Amino acid sequence: MFELIAPFFHDLYDKTGLNFNIFYDRYEYDRFLSGAVISLKLMFGAILLSLVIGILGAWAQGVGSRVLRGAINAYIQAFRNTPPMIQLLFFYFGLGAFTPQVDMGGYTEPLVSAFAWAMIALGIFGGAYNVEIFRSGLEAVPRPTLEASESLCLSKWQTYRHVTLPLAFRICLPSLTSNLISLAKTTSLAYVISVPEMTYVLNQVWSDTINVPEMMLILFVFYVAVVALLGAGLHFLERKLALPGFGR
Amino acid sequence: MTQVRTETGNARPAQYALSGVSWYHGAILLLGFVIVFAAVHLNSREADATNLSALDTLSLWLPFILKGFGLNLLMSFLAMAIATVLGVALGIAQVSQLGVVRVASKFVTHLFRNAPWLVILFTVMYLLPVEATLWGGEKVIIPDWIKATFAFSLPVMGNISEIVRGAINSIPTGQWESAEGLAFTRRQTMVHIILPQCIKRSIPPWMNWYALLTLATPMASILGVHEAVGNAQAAMEAGGGRPEFLLPFYLFLLCLFFAYIYPIALWTRKLEQKYAVSH
Repeated sequence: MFELIAPFFHDLYDKTGLNFNIFYDRYEYDRFLSGAVISLKLMFGAILLSLVIGILGAWAQGVGSRVLRGAINAYIQAFRNTPPMIQLLFFYFGLGAFTPQVDMGGYTEPLVSAFAWAMIALGIFGGAYNVEIFRSGLEAVPRPTLEASESLCLSKWQTYRHVTLPLAFRICLPSLTSNLISLAKTTSLAYVISVPEMTYVLNQVWSDTINVPEMMLILFVFYVAVVALLGAGLHFLERKLALPGFGR
Repeated sequence: MTQVRTETGNARPAQYALSGVSWYHGAILLLGFVIVFAAVHLNSREADATNLSALDTLSLWLPFILKGFGLNLLMSFLAMAIATVLGVALGIAQVSQLGVVRVASKFVTHLFRNAPWLVILFTVMYLLPVEATLWGGEKVIIPDWIKATFAFSLPVMGNISEIVRGAINSIPTGQWESAEGLAFTRRQTMVHIILPQCIKRSIPPWMNWYALLTLATPMASILGVHEAVGNAQAAMEAGGGRPEFLLPFYLFLLCLFFAYIYPIALWTRKLEQKYAVSH
């Protein structure tokens, strides 16, 4: 791949002065690739964690005690109404100071790396929105449908498993899509705790070679492409799962 | 460039009303914050007697941090004003009858909706000129915070554009038809019939985007704007940069933003329920 595109971009630089050095300089190319991989990993991890939190939270809100419900509401409000950037700083610097250090033979490394803190903080941040989304989906399942399943002698668990969950998931999929997309975009904030993801890496590249406009273009293209792919994937799922006659 | 969600409903993430939220939730949260602070305070008093404790440092620098927070608020007001003006124009352009205008405004809207805030912030900070030439020919340096304000207004502009477009589309076709029957021009219909009806249903998502905008303003500190987070970090440095400062300082910043945003969120929710459009 690199050999294929390198001559073209080198030529482009010689002729027009557009310096896309991440595509013809081996070192920068590797940096770029590792940044892209870390960005995608971070998005994947944060989205997965936020989904798990969302599902558990919505379930606990449905069956839990008053105290548990109150605690989850407090969690949702605390994380939705504070800046995600300060949340990241708080987790990494504030709580990171208390995590044990691991001896790596001569030097120590924190048990939880910056990448892991970013994943945890963003997952918790996105989870606060997901709990709401899943809960509203569960609540939007029509009562008569549940009564119908009761009259068919389905047990409570069977109703939950075969009627409530599949319908609720379909109901909340559109808003879930927009939340996951915004979470994927928020991963660029991991820059503030110096996780070497896309924004951070390209920032280093343009600091080294002073080719800000070109790298900025790459950054835009990267995020717009990732967001479009994620959106298209979830939209495909939505269409795939659509039940004829249900919903819109 | 295929942003998939286009209805108004999805232009605002916080559309799901929380059942039974009331002021006392906020009170409980603040109480929790206070307890953590007290714990930190006791802890640090044990730790050393020679240096200022973390909380004493915090109270010493409190005016400085609050001054920074004032800049956060100023940036959020200005950015929201810019975003509203540009966003409404862009939203109306999205339902224009001219194909070119429609496509171009859709492109701009989706570009700014899909790019992360931080990327837009970097773009504006690095690519906008450092100084501007006035009409008289004299040059002035544009302060960083003004550039940051402009940068923050761009993503909100894209989202407001979607809100406006969704609101216009949600007005029943009968309104257009009856206006046509009364011999209104398209422009008159827009100004006197359609847009006034859009205002009410756009207010809750608009306020929601104001909250999100305010929550994004700390990013300006990355590029050296002296707002709350930047000032807090400077205060920590000035106090000796000890690691035990980090937890109380960042916790204080979280509280500060929470105390400002939470009432707005509650108010938004109230308006949302009040203005709920039943179809």
